[in-house]
Amino acid sequence: MQSYRQSSQAQEAVRSGVLVAVEGLDGSGKSTQVYLLKRWLEIEGYRVFFTEWNSSVVVKKATRKGKKAQLLTPTTFSLIHCTDFADRYERQVLPLLRAGYIVLADRYIYTAFVRDAARRCDPQWVRNLYSFAVHPDITFFFRVPLETAVGRILAGRPKLKYHEAGMDLGFSTDPAESFRIFQGKIHRAYLACAREYDFEVIDGTLSIERQQQIVRQTVTKQIDLARFKRRG
Amino acid sequence: MPGARRAAPRRKRFYGTPPPGVSAADLKGYLIVIEGADGSGRSSQTRLLTQWLEQNGHATVNVGLRRSTLVSAELNAAKRGNVLSRTTMSLFYATDFADQLENVMIPAMRAGFVVLADRYIYTLMARDLVRGGDPEWVESLYGIAPVPDLVFLLRVSPRRLVQRNLEKNLELDFWESAMDVAISRDRFDSFMAYQKMIAREFTRMEEKYGFYPVNGNRTPTAVAATIRSRVAELVH
Repeated sequence: MQSYRQSSQAQEAVRSGVLVAVEGLDGSGKSTQVYLLKRWLEIEGYRVFFTEWNSSVVVKKATRKGKKAQLLTPTTFSLIHCTDFADRYERQVLPLLRAGYIVLADRYIYTAFVRDAARRCDPQWVRNLYSFAVHPDITFFFRVPLETAVGRILAGRPKLKYHEAGMDLGFSTDPAESFRIFQGKIHRAYLACAREYDFEVIDGTLSIERQQQIVRQTVTKQIDLARFKRRG
Repeated sequence: MPGARRAAPRRKRFYGTPPPGVSAADLKGYLIVIEGADGSGRSSQTRLLTQWLEQNGHATVNVGLRRSTLVSAELNAAKRGNVLSRTTMSLFYATDFADQLENVMIPAMRAGFVVLADRYIYTLMARDLVRGGDPEWVESLYGIAPVPDLVFLLRVSPRRLVQRNLEKNLELDFWESAMDVAISRDRFDSFMAYQKMIAREFTRMEEKYGFYPVNGNRTPTAVAATIRSRVAELVH
């Protein structure tokens, strides 16, 4: 289905390990769900590893400097985050996959696809940028109405960060309003991605327990968990 | 220059899609690139050409690799430690390039400057390709780059390069010898082999990207004269 090439190394990785990613807007509840999935797999005795979208040490300093001084353009914003992702991917995700782990990722390449698209980067360029990374075996997308997600974030956070609110894009000088517009663009880009990449769409308005039940059922059905059982 | 006719600069284009908010039509001025290995005389030639352009009344801006405000310090630190994997290193360099592209090169070209680049995307692509990078991936990555008006390739034989490098630094640099590629534990062998691999990549690119090859095995003055006469045809 993917139109671009993946390295043989990357394909080999898919065969020995599995990758499960969760995606969704800030405030969609995806982190809670992936945490519960991880706890379940650990307690059941599977080789599982959790990784999240935050900065690697090497790239962190540059990212922080760029954000603080507002030096970043959409292109450099995209590239520096991809550098950061590549570091984590080459250092951690790929070795884990090749070593035969279930790797759970809180946000993955699609986060970059939707965020960079909202910043008006060329979508094909961004997809190519990330084409060194394998696609997940399962991508759960936690779908909530835009207002629900935005409301949760605005209620829980006294002050939005500059880039988080998409202030660099000049939609509005009011951070809350800017955040709303920015998240709206991301929301629409996610819906398009969900079709393009066959996401498992989970209704994020259901109870936490019900969502987790669906997540576990999907994992059980699509992944041969027995292969990942710890011995002894 | 009194009486000199000013030719309109050629229309600018990009290798792929320009960065968001940039249009080729807004770009005036010229983009001139000098490519070549370390020790090929690039820096001297850049300096000489800048001087000559300024003498003739052209506002000139210099760019090069690892000079961005954004990531140059971090890139230097990463280079010292040899801690980054291939893709990460490529992307880090691309970030450095994009930062200078959007903050220095494009504004300067919009204002009608001559942008003189001491190395450009070709070095970055060649380094990636000899390390096994996917050509399509690298080409798409650098699709954000404007097509230069002129690209000089300083050709110097590996033997001359090794001598110039030793004379300048008293030793062979870890990266210019590509010790990360592990061609050989022997630095001299590794340097020679790597420089040949890079030269081969440049030869492959020469036709595709329309390089203007310059024999760099000559005196700096002779090389500068060749470069000037070609630049004079473009920039009046």
